[in-house]
Amino acid sequence: MADVTLLINGLQVTVPQGSTILDAARQLGVFIPTLCHDPELTSVGSCRMCVVDVKGARSLVISCATAAAEGMVVETESPAVMEARKTIIELLLANHPMDCLTCGKNGDCRLQDYAYMYGVKDGGVFQGAVHQYPLEENNPFITRDMNKCILCGKCIRACAEIQGNNVVDFTYRGFNTKVAPAMDTALDESSCVFCGNCVAVCPTGALQEKALRAKARSWEVKKVNTTCPYCGTGCSFDLNVKDGKVVGVTSCDGDVNGRALCIKGRFGFGFIHHQDRLTTPLIKKNGQFVEAGWDEALSLVAEKLGSLRDNSGPDSIGILSSARCTNEENYLLSKFARAVIGTNNIDHCARL
Amino acid sequence: MTNPIGDIAGADFILAIGTNTTESHPIIGLQVKKAVRQGSILVVADPRKTEVAELAKSHLQIKSGSDIALLNGLANVIISEDLYNKEFVAERTEDFEALKSVVARYTPEYTEGITGVPAAAIREVARQYAGAKNATILYTMGITQHICGTHNVFAIANLAMLCGQIGKPHSGVNPLRGQNNVQGACDVGALPNVLTGYQPVASDEARAKFEAAWGCGPIPAKPGLTVGELLEGADKGAIKGMYIMGENPVLSDPDADHAAHSLKKLEFLVVQDIFLTETARLADVVLPATSFAEKDGTFSNTERRVQLIRKAVEPVGNSRPDWRIICDLACALGYTMKYDSPADIMKEIASVTPSYAGISYERLEKGGIQWPCPTADHPGTPVLHAGKFSRGLGKFHPVEHVPPAETPDEQYPLVLSTGRRRAHYHTGTMTMRTGALEVHYSKEYLEINPADAARLNVQDGDMVRVTSRRGSVEVMARLTDIVSEGLVFTSFHFPEVAINKLTNPARDSISKIPEFKVCSVKVEKIA
Amino acid sequence: MASVTLTINGKKVTVPRGTTVLDAAAQAGIFIPTFCHDPEIPRFGACRICVVEIPGMRNLPASCVTEATEGMVVETESPAVVEARSTILELLLANHPMDCLTCEKNGDCRLQDYCFRYGVKGSGFEGRQHSYPLDDSNPYIVRDLNKCILCGRCVRTCAQVEGRAVIDFAYRGFDTKIAPPMDTPLGESDCVYCGRCLAVCPVGALTYKRMAGKGRSWEYDKKPVTCTFCDSGCQFNLNVKDGKIVGVTAASPGPGRPLCLKGRLGLELLYCDDPQAPELKKDGEFVKVSWADALGLEGVLDKMKKLEGK
Ligand code: SF4
Ligand code: SF4
Ligand code: SF4
Ligand code: SF4
Ligand code: SF4
Ligand code: SF4
Ligand code: FES
Repeated sequence: MADVTLLINGLQVTVPQGSTILDAARQLGVFIPTLCHDPELTSVGSCRMCVVDVKGARSLVISCATAAAEGMVVETESPAVMEARKTIIELLLANHPMDCLTCGKNGDCRLQDYAYMYGVKDGGVFQGAVHQYPLEENNPFITRDMNKCILCGKCIRACAEIQGNNVVDFTYRGFNTKVAPAMDTALDESSCVFCGNCVAVCPTGALQEKALRAKARSWEVKKVNTTCPYCGTGCSFDLNVKDGKVVGVTSCDGDVNGRALCIKGRFGFGFIHHQDRLTTPLIKKNGQFVEAGWDEALSLVAEKLGSLRDNSGPDSIGILSSARCTNEENYLLSKFARAVIGTNNIDHCARL
Repeated sequence: MTNPIGDIAGADFILAIGTNTTESHPIIGLQVKKAVRQGSILVVADPRKTEVAELAKSHLQIKSGSDIALLNGLANVIISEDLYNKEFVAERTEDFEALKSVVARYTPEYTEGITGVPAAAIREVARQYAGAKNATILYTMGITQHICGTHNVFAIANLAMLCGQIGKPHSGVNPLRGQNNVQGACDVGALPNVLTGYQPVASDEARAKFEAAWGCGPIPAKPGLTVGELLEGADKGAIKGMYIMGENPVLSDPDADHAAHSLKKLEFLVVQDIFLTETARLADVVLPATSFAEKDGTFSNTERRVQLIRKAVEPVGNSRPDWRIICDLACALGYTMKYDSPADIMKEIASVTPSYAGISYERLEKGGIQWPCPTADHPGTPVLHAGKFSRGLGKFHPVEHVPPAETPDEQYPLVLSTGRRRAHYHTGTMTMRTGALEVHYSKEYLEINPADAARLNVQDGDMVRVTSRRGSVEVMARLTDIVSEGLVFTSFHFPEVAINKLTNPARDSISKIPEFKVCSVKVEKIA
Repeated sequence: MASVTLTINGKKVTVPRGTTVLDAAAQAGIFIPTFCHDPEIPRFGACRICVVEIPGMRNLPASCVTEATEGMVVETESPAVVEARSTILELLLANHPMDCLTCEKNGDCRLQDYCFRYGVKGSGFEGRQHSYPLDDSNPYIVRDLNKCILCGRCVRTCAQVEGRAVIDFAYRGFDTKIAPPMDTPLGESDCVYCGRCLAVCPVGALTYKRMAGKGRSWEYDKKPVTCTFCDSGCQFNLNVKDGKIVGVTAASPGPGRPLCLKGRLGLELLYCDDPQAPELKKDGEFVKVSWADALGLEGVLDKMKKLEGK
């Protein structure tokens, strides 16, 4: 494929033909802010946050949807660019609730990041009418606060292009434009499957993981990358940990799944700290379980299995391993069956 | 899977047979949807009008348990119309003539008689499959959970080899595993007939190698018993003690009342789990294990990708990771089993398993690896059988249609099939305790066709009793044409709808997988 | 020393006599919010956010000034307590600018933390807003008194150093504010810009100008260092963002630790990847000066050069 070479902020960069200016800048490590752009979704070029100055162009161009061309000279932070970005942010803030105090996305919000970065404190001269949409929190997964929506449309494209569901779209016109399911119903009355893939791309607090964002602030959580414990697809995600507890799941860039997850992977973590978890060994005495220490329980099991092995033969013992345990654990149990007991009577529910 | 998940979207033709992919494997379902959006042909063969069937170009609504007939019918058209890949068949396969003679009988018209799928549709799909630049076949339990499950899989492989739709990107034969680590549990030898990497216990060489590596006495050469056989053994008294780690056969096994009854006969039962499951309640000793969030380790997904899980929080209460408990027990039984960490255990797995030999935690830190990965600098193997099958030439195993073990009769006139729901998982031990999923999807129901319902005087939302020769459950009826007349469907996630009390423990004679997908039942309205 | 045993949220805890309920709770691992309390500075008991419920006591006592007694029973999150705290927060928000979007303290602000904790999103009280001008009169400390919650910690910590006491409460009622004598801007006062006040302010009323706009609280790793310019051994934090040391801030002021400006500037020069030129007041105006001047090393340096030049 042919390459093109251009200059960005005085630095030379060569990219394949068809790359956008934004791609080229990222390759160079030059930062350009974006709100409506996402590398996994089609570009619509609607927010204009990513504008840059291209020498010879009549006006500022949007870098996410403009192809890099041979010999192009680009400035990403010229005074005109800075001015334009400030204005865009002011316009967005003009009808944005100033809610960061308790907003679940505080610290993990692009609108906030850019407001700080460009020193925009509020809507400035544009102070506009604010929306009074009711908060939607009647499903257990996703909280929608359309007052905080900046109409970037990423959720619409994620639902259509990643999830393939087309649940939400723009409705109404002008100031009343809003993202909603057909007939402007609540999500739980729509065809939404609660994959949360729209939440994963929303740049603001308009869409939030309900449990996670109510429990922890973004800077309080430690993210631990891991693999989903449910189906055999093997999606990757980050467990969000606060004070030694898993409080939520967020997308990472997984080998198999990218940022996409399903309802179980994203919202099915609550069992980890459920009150029904077994926390101590139990030994049945007179038909009742009695709490026991590890030493007592392990020696009882060893004694019973040992005497069956020695008296009735290794094949009087059966072992079931688990498709939900790790490779290491399954391996050890196979070794346990064969090397410690001396039987091949080991299986698991692969068949179910 | 012969091919990676990520290459499904690029297939020109997808045959999804016995898999409601978008519900039971939602993220793989995304690949299927993407392929459809890009104009690929999706054909779904399923007795139910599932979510993925709604997306399909053609939905072949086959009668439960007639998959072999359908697959043979497709092969029949492809051979008789001379559409098969002659080069591939000549160079890479053997026993083509045997296949040809068996499928000769399965003309589209004959096949229509068994499957209920119109002959014209069979012809059309056969031509599409053979003519596609690349074509992939996806299947799950809908194929394997039959008494002829292994033969179903052979029939699929025959079709793929016939058209050379295997061993290249965007094609292949792709079973989608139901549980997160079924693949891995099999890979590392949690099976009665093989050691790690499918090294047979019957092989003297393999046994000698493991006896040396493990420093243990002789490993028996005879394969052990499968789950179902173990439960039978317990019932008959041959099995006296069981050690069950993280499984819940009382709910997950067919003829569940019988499973519980068998376990109760054991002299000693120890269950290791994170919750007091229905099975754990029957135990003499219960050992508390940790969840995936409290330990390090690896899972191998359905495309053979080995990936890390990482400890995020400390074990809850006094629970311990399963690997620690197994080590402690081994030591208590006088065998020294000691590891510093799961990474250490993986080192040992790699040393005795050729297909895992190049895998280490160090490498996995940078991303998953698809086995076979024989050396530390091998990149892993996304596509299996490229250029060569593991056994050399691909062998056609011609197979014949056999009816399900139980067919409807006057007393039990309906077919019951079981499966999964998107929001839930397995026997529900985890998904019923999330504070979210069970709130959203809180009640199970029985899908029943309105015509059957009318005959039984059942209205939508009525409670009904479903009864088979083995047991009965009560459940709410939902009238829907997702199921055709004569078929009813529900999931096995809900303990209060313990549907496996009804299912048939008749098993495939090779894989020993029970026939969950077909049994005969009657439905009555509860007054 | 004699000890007392009390029960907090059902948990028994034994502490030396004289311990406050707040400290006893901390020992039991139970969190109680505080604004005006600081273990390093004299007790005050003014903000009342630390109230707890103790059966038998009238009202809800402030735990930071209430002594634990034998057999005392304390509830730290009872409905009455939660309601009282919510009301206090609502009152504070009634005249607080909703500025977290760009506030330098965002993510490290107690007012914000507690509002999140108790779900207080705004104020039910229609408050009059202050509109104090931003005090930007010096190169080190920015004062935004619109955000001040009048906890008084800055006043008390400043007074802890002999002869300072630069700021104090001024005016009354709604107009109460923290100010230097004659309510001048800080730049015109006797302030020495040690930054002790800034280190203890629980909100964004006092922030460090040399780090303004450079990063948000959660982006920084704090690495403690001990100053070696004199033998007081003051503690500072290096603020690291993306692997770079962006600024130095004062940590844990207390008796006997002056946390002087010279020490902080010296550490900035020593550690910062991109140290910003120091400024000192000359003839009543702040001007950029050389590092040698700022650190008072001009004479020493001259002498060294002379000696080594020989
Ligand atoms: S969406 Fe962002 S800017 Fe808006 S209130 Fe939430 S954190 Fe602040
Ligand atoms: S949760 Fe999933 S299905 Fe629902 S609107 Fe978001 S992306 Fe679409
Ligand atoms: S909800 Fe979020 S993602 Fe969707 S348009 Fe609004 S801001 Fe964008
Ligand atoms: S997130 Fe969903 S699709 Fe992915 S592995 Fe987990 S259960 Fe399977
Ligand atoms: S400036 Fe800060 S420390 Fe001082 S009284 Fe106000 S809030 Fe308290
Ligand atoms: S002082 Fe705290 S509550 Fe006030 S604006 Fe700053 S961060 Fe927000
Ligand atoms: S990011 Fe380019 S227009 Fe929105």
